[in-house]
Amino acid sequence: MVTERTQPADSFDIECVRAAWYHSRVGDSVCIPSVASAVQTTTVPPRHSALVRITHWITTLCFLALLVTGIEILISHPRFYWGETGNDLTPVLFKLPIPASRNLVPTGYGYVLPDQNGWSRYLHFQTAWIAIFTGLLYLVCSLLNGHLRKNLLPGGADLSWRSLSTSIASHLRFERPSEAETRSYNVLQRIAYLFVIFILFPLVIWTGLAMSPAFVSAFPATVNLLGGQQSARTLHFFVSVALVLFLLVHVVMIWLAGFWSRMRAMITGRVATPTERT
Amino acid sequence: MSTFSRRKLITTGIAAAAGVSGLALAERIAQKYGLVPPDHGGIYGLGETLTYASQRLLTRHSLAREFSRSQISKRPFPNEIPPLNEAYKRLQAGGFADWRLSISGMVAKPASFSLDQLRSYPSHSQITMLQCEEGWSYIAEWIGVPLSEILQAVEVHPEARYVVYFSIDPDWWESIDMADALHPQTFLVYGMNGAELPVGNGGPLRLRVPRQIGYKNVKFITHLTVTDSLKGFGKGLGSAAPEGGYAWYAGI
Repeated sequence: MVTERTQPADSFDIECVRAAWYHSRVGDSVCIPSVASAVQTTTVPPRHSALVRITHWITTLCFLALLVTGIEILISHPRFYWGETGNDLTPVLFKLPIPASRNLVPTGYGYVLPDQNGWSRYLHFQTAWIAIFTGLLYLVCSLLNGHLRKNLLPGGADLSWRSLSTSIASHLRFERPSEAETRSYNVLQRIAYLFVIFILFPLVIWTGLAMSPAFVSAFPATVNLLGGQQSARTLHFFVSVALVLFLLVHVVMIWLAGFWSRMRAMITGRVATPTERT
Repeated sequence: MSTFSRRKLITTGIAAAAGVSGLALAERIAQKYGLVPPDHGGIYGLGETLTYASQRLLTRHSLAREFSRSQISKRPFPNEIPPLNEAYKRLQAGGFADWRLSISGMVAKPASFSLDQLRSYPSHSQITMLQCEEGWSYIAEWIGVPLSEILQAVEVHPEARYVVYFSIDPDWWESIDMADALHPQTFLVYGMNGAELPVGNGGPLRLRVPRQIGYKNVKFITHLTVTDSLKGFGKGLGSAAPEGGYAWYAGI
């Protein structure tokens, strides 16, 4: 984008910008669009950068695909164990009160769900790759361009107990966020996003890889540190549940803040001005 | 502006060219080093290739985790087995004395082994986990002969790339690459936990591939073929698994 230009504009540039501005206003076809849009974008920066918007929606699609396929894989054997091993002949840690998609599992139900394990495994792993590449792109760019530091790390003052309790209280009252939050994340939002990005996502990748017999043959500590292969499977389930809870709260908060204005900000980057809001 | 858009055009062009040639180069390298799975076509091909290639590079010499004797599952879970056919029942009635493992394909000395002949090789054992794609698992002591020793005995051609193995159940056949076939923990298993391999766990003979999940560990095997291409087998996807909707490579 042209917005990256930092060198002092010389007279030539100013002339060009003026000309472009003039042409864009009078609708002359001689107008050079890239400059005209540059003028607009420098005056109104997008609420979310293109990188954030694109990686956000790719991650959303990946998460939904991973969730659906994860459930399909899980219902082959909706029993959970702790330690290295577990099967129909061993005691469970807990079991989900649902029927299974395989007929040998003792679920207490007299019927078997449709089995979708095969393509679910294919899609689960393919989506995991896309999600990891998307996450890495986001992480590297966010570290380099300061997004992480400026928009996600809470400021020192925000972390005071007083500031935190004010924010918690207003969230608990389901208050509509202030105008300032249209432009910037509040402290609880920042903590939640950091928790998902730096705790839950790495954990779900780790516990997933810890179930792979080939991966752990090369890196046995990945599974040994978790207490065994079945422990990894159980933890993978719990981390996924935590991510689903995050998603639910995230959508409820978007709804409270104004679903369409927040959606527009995340899709187009544009944010509604106060007069535009309804 | 014109300098800018020209620069942008050139950079985009170079990036696109680099991207395309990079992908083409990556594919050639991947093919050369055997990093492309036989079921790489179709919409899941990208993910399968990434998984197989990365795991093949990371795990070329890695050993599946081995466990202590105390960790052996008290009751190794015999999963559902297909109704065994007449041929199996006949051999079972004869105490598997006539069970044969025939080996053909790219070998200098095609051969057929009885169970006793397999037992005449020094026996090896491993205490490893078998995990099913369903999610359950058990640990057992698997006793048998490393496949690499048998492949050495029949003198595999150097151009061989895959070993295809068949169950007496005609619907169940699989294949593995040479990295797995020659891996020290890939066994022709005839015993479990100090006894003969039970029928429910694949007896009298099962191929054990401990770095891949359950369905690659084919039960009741009767035939192996060594080949440099999987195109001529079934639908050419590598094994029965992709034909039934499952990945050929099952290291995860």
